[in-house]
Amino acid sequence: MIPAPPSGPVPYPRAFALRLLADMLRIRRMEEKSAELYGEGKIRGFLHLYIGEEAVATGAIGALRPEDNLVATYREHGHALLRGVAMNAIMAEMYGKREGCSRGRGGSMHLFDAATRFFGGNAIVGGGLPLAAGLALADRMQRTGRITACFFGEGAVAEGAFHESMNLAALWRLPVLFCCENNLYAMGTAIERSESQTDLCAKAASYGVATRRADGMDVVAVHEAAKEAAESVRAGGGPCFIEFQTYRFRAHSMFDPELYRDKAEVEAWRTRGPIHTYSARLKTQGLLTEDEFQELDRAAMEEVRGAVAYAEAGTLEPVEDLARDLCGAGA
Amino acid sequence: MRRITYREALREALREALLQDARVFLMGEDVGRYGGTYAVSKGLLEEFGPERVRDTPLSELAFVGAGIGAALGGMRPIVEVMTVNFSLLALDQIVNTAALLRHMSGGQFGVPLVIRMATGAGRQLAAQHSHSLECWYAHVPGIKVLAPATVEDARGMLAPALADPDPVILFEHAQLYNLEDDLPEPFTADIARAAVRRRGDDVTLIAYGGCLSKALQAADRLADEGIAAEVIDLRVLRPLDTDTFVESVRRTHRAVVVDEGWRSGSLAAEVLARIVEQAFYDLDAPPARVCSEEVPMPYARHLEEAALPQPAKIVDAVRGLMGRR
Repeated sequence: MIPAPPSGPVPYPRAFALRLLADMLRIRRMEEKSAELYGEGKIRGFLHLYIGEEAVATGAIGALRPEDNLVATYREHGHALLRGVAMNAIMAEMYGKREGCSRGRGGSMHLFDAATRFFGGNAIVGGGLPLAAGLALADRMQRTGRITACFFGEGAVAEGAFHESMNLAALWRLPVLFCCENNLYAMGTAIERSESQTDLCAKAASYGVATRRADGMDVVAVHEAAKEAAESVRAGGGPCFIEFQTYRFRAHSMFDPELYRDKAEVEAWRTRGPIHTYSARLKTQGLLTEDEFQELDRAAMEEVRGAVAYAEAGTLEPVEDLARDLCGAGA
Repeated sequence: MRRITYREALREALREALLQDARVFLMGEDVGRYGGTYAVSKGLLEEFGPERVRDTPLSELAFVGAGIGAALGGMRPIVEVMTVNFSLLALDQIVNTAALLRHMSGGQFGVPLVIRMATGAGRQLAAQHSHSLECWYAHVPGIKVLAPATVEDARGMLAPALADPDPVILFEHAQLYNLEDDLPEPFTADIARAAVRRRGDDVTLIAYGGCLSKALQAADRLADEGIAAEVIDLRVLRPLDTDTFVESVRRTHRAVVVDEGWRSGSLAAEVLARIVEQAFYDLDAPPARVCSEEVPMPYARHLEEAALPQPAKIVDAVRGLMGRR
């Protein structure tokens, strides 16, 4: 059963409420353009779109502080963008240009940015979880007050890395906010076909990790859950696990013919789309007019146009520099 | 000059690192209360406390990954993995994250992590505790692989490994922990070059880790036969110090590589390939190698001994090269 679309009042001041909308639009427009560019052959390799899931990154990253760490997956364009990585650098990276945020070494799946403490861009399912535990351990030992937000899909829950990391984080009470983006499919495998226990919170809870569940299509629900969990983690309450129930509107990657799910299911989930349902609520509340929506959307598309121009104008790393950044200075 | 064991040398190096740098901490299975599987870290928990000498669950993937994360987060972790066989449980984190991260991030994120682990056979621990998989790690760009074979290297390699901005794996051969030797003062602290452990002009024996002493024993026996063997200790398995062994082979015109790894796809194969590439016309005989037999390491003593490189096998290989079989 697909739940009813998100509804109810948006409990935020207008500026913040509109920023959440603007951020979701920025991700959406950037990714729609990326898909188009993929079709044109400008972007190659794997391209995993986040379309449909924007409320999760938007609401959750909105609950972090600038000094916090972020670890993400291969479906991370939106996380990078909202963390503060310039859209220009993201687009240039997907173009494989030197001006990209990983100098063209990473591509879509491996966006990195030291300045915003964005630790990637990990294409090994579950691979980011131990890393997040370690970052949190370093922060605990150095008493920095930072927390680490670690995003992963429900597919990662089947990996040993999930279970080992939950245990370690809980055992050592590490300041990690585990953000599970449950979009119901691990590539093409539905959760009921891969998990003997589909209650993901129960798994985390079995390690003594505090858990909560939130509607991942509702940016307000996401933000509220993430805010409270982040506060608890920052206050020294140990790790938290949040299951965000969400849905991917597009294929797993550009190579996916989507044989594993019904079109009707996708259409039904589209009625819960995070952007149009949230816009409607803002309009009902008198926080947004259609003109204002169009203005935010135009601004997002303008940013995308600028990013594409930047990536097009970008330069190629000289082949002589193929082996640079293999070892650090002084090695 | 002091006489200490390889184990004590490792412990002194750990203690020094913990004393000198507040960012350094040690973690792994039973490194604390138990004192370390091979008793290397004995006493360190009492001196430095459980924050810095940190017992972990049996979760190689998670605690090696956490070491990587902690290194990214500004610490200088030393992660102990009980044996190289167990390190396969953490192979994903070592290869897919630690080794790749700097390059994949366009130079933004280095991983200054040291991983220590026991390797090798000779203690009748059978197939799941005895293999030598150093070459799997030495295959991967982005990590350094060290094999201290002497008390001096056991004492001296940790500090430069910790100072390195990238992941370093230290392989401690399980047969060496009780090795006792004089520690020179000052001791060498170099993780770049191979070392010539014995001079000779007739043949070059190239070994590392647990096979160094076997190569030296073989050299003694060969000397009795009037053959002067030069013995080179690779010390650094990645990046290989090719110049040192190629220079030696150019002088001796003969080479035997001794490697506890299995022959197929071994480090010995890589060393031989480099000799052939760079010193082919200096060779007076086809280069040879003495590796472990290609079987899982058996338990029974006589079978284990038969599976491993031994001084007698090295002597035979050299005789073959010299036409004295």
